[in-house]
Amino acid sequence: MAYFIQQLINGLTLGAIYGLIAIGYTMVYGIIGMINFAHGEIYMIGAFLAIISYLVFGDMGIVSIPILLMGMLVISMIFTAAYGWTVERLAYRPLRGSFRLAPLISAIGMSIALQNYVQISQGARVKPIQPVVQGGFQLFTQGGFAVQITYLQIVIWVLTTALMVGFTYLITQTSLGRQQRACEQDRKMASLIGVNVDRTISLTFVLGAALAAVAGLITTLYYGVIDFYVGFLAGMKAFTAAVLGGIGSLPGAMLGGLMIGLIEAFWSAYFTIEYKDVATFGILVLVLIFKPTGFLGKPEVEKV
Amino acid sequence: MSTTAEMLLTVEHLTMRFGGLVAIDDLSFEARNREITSIIGPNGAGKTTVFNCLTGFYKPTVGRLILNHPKSGNTYFLERMEGFKVAQVAHVGRTFQNIRLFGQMSVLENLIVAQHNVLMKASKFSIAGLLRLPVYMRAEREAIDLATYWMDKVGLTDKADWDSQNLPYGDQRRLEIARAMCTRPVMLCLDEPAAGLNPRESLELNDLLVSIRDDHGIGLLLIEHDMSVVMGISDHIVVLDHGRKIADGDPAAVREDPAVIKAYLGEEEDEELPPEVAQDLATSGTGGKP
Repeated sequence: MAYFIQQLINGLTLGAIYGLIAIGYTMVYGIIGMINFAHGEIYMIGAFLAIISYLVFGDMGIVSIPILLMGMLVISMIFTAAYGWTVERLAYRPLRGSFRLAPLISAIGMSIALQNYVQISQGARVKPIQPVVQGGFQLFTQGGFAVQITYLQIVIWVLTTALMVGFTYLITQTSLGRQQRACEQDRKMASLIGVNVDRTISLTFVLGAALAAVAGLITTLYYGVIDFYVGFLAGMKAFTAAVLGGIGSLPGAMLGGLMIGLIEAFWSAYFTIEYKDVATFGILVLVLIFKPTGFLGKPEVEKV
Repeated sequence: MSTTAEMLLTVEHLTMRFGGLVAIDDLSFEARNREITSIIGPNGAGKTTVFNCLTGFYKPTVGRLILNHPKSGNTYFLERMEGFKVAQVAHVGRTFQNIRLFGQMSVLENLIVAQHNVLMKASKFSIAGLLRLPVYMRAEREAIDLATYWMDKVGLTDKADWDSQNLPYGDQRRLEIARAMCTRPVMLCLDEPAAGLNPRESLELNDLLVSIRDDHGIGLLLIEHDMSVVMGISDHIVVLDHGRKIADGDPAAVREDPAVIKAYLGEEEDEELPPEVAQDLATSGTGGKP
């Protein structure tokens, strides 16, 4: 029982990371019907920017942990968002109105380009970081096994929950969100009521990238090591999460992220850790066969 | 009609070619403010193409589309504007032949999203909006008031929370007009608003359109096949056939115009059979008789 709860805690933390990345996939799919394969790399860049800002703040002599965390968060969100905007502007916008496969190929190209860009500019070796938030407390002990929650995990949960609530509010209640949903449902009609569709699409990329940056920051803090290749696998798993929840659905992405996180944690704990990726992608295969619309996705109904 | 009405839209030498196909051929006409200008013509005459040029979907091959904005006094060349600016800056609203509502939004949301330009301006890049500053709250209240007004006007108040995709057909038509009006247009382009309506609904539509013209003082451009609507409420009719203008004038004049009758009913000479066929018929007719 204690072991189970410990895995639940670990799984939820992992799920928060996947959920944050999955939102980027699902939003972009919702608005332009394209899988942004470069999104994993955007997340990786977010993680690198977190480390860079950590080092810069360290050099500036800032030691207060809350200020350090806030600073890392803001810096990595802003700069990663700029990367997200640039990727859309350079690689996708010129191809809008082209055939469906073109932006997809462009996305794969962008993913490879960004990976190599980081590899060359930052080096290929793994980048370690010292633990920023240390310590934790024991919930209870059962049969010699202590269930622990670290302070970092609490920070991650609070941060993720706050972001998801804020984000849901933004999409469902504000004028910006309505505009975004209008573009999602009928881009041409949206432009006829005066919505600047191009700008709304850019904004979608910016928001997705900012959330991916938070996931990158969390990864950096939680695992303490990153390299230029982390984006690929995490990106694929977040994509799986988006499909599992129902691609195009925002709560679906959050739910899917949590499920993938939990599946991975429990599989590693009870079965073989080497096969955890097989388990995750096995789920993707099963979902695609038996429920292609995912859990919360809406099937496309053609009205005759 | 009203002599005080000023010029709203001037179409000059509009030509639209798709490859070798000439959809509109050197079309010129004018539409006045506070008037209903109908564009009629047989299927394939190029009516919807005119609308698509006006609202930035197509860039005309040749021609000018000049809009005199009655409120700001500015002149806009619609053919040079990006799609969303036609609505945002020149304030041209449009509805579609096949209804295009935001199906997964409620009736109210459809009307609010149409006012997003006003709201975005008030929200100052979302900052005032997220902080719920008074300036934004006032704009939001005004937006809701306008939406409520139009919901009342088209009789959808009790369905405000329905997803618009679940509305009956006639309601969807009226909601689309209400949404277009919520963008606060100076010119409203309606593409077959009476299509699929029953006679009673069609009469209500007439009243709605007349009220939009008279109470809101905007110009309407109407494509319609239902002649009871066209002849009943138009101030001015432009008749197209094969992309060319064949008549232009008030309803009474257009109704009598021989070119219009020819386009709609065909020429009388067409009724006569070619001589060979007539002969064949005659011989087979006599041969068939015992």
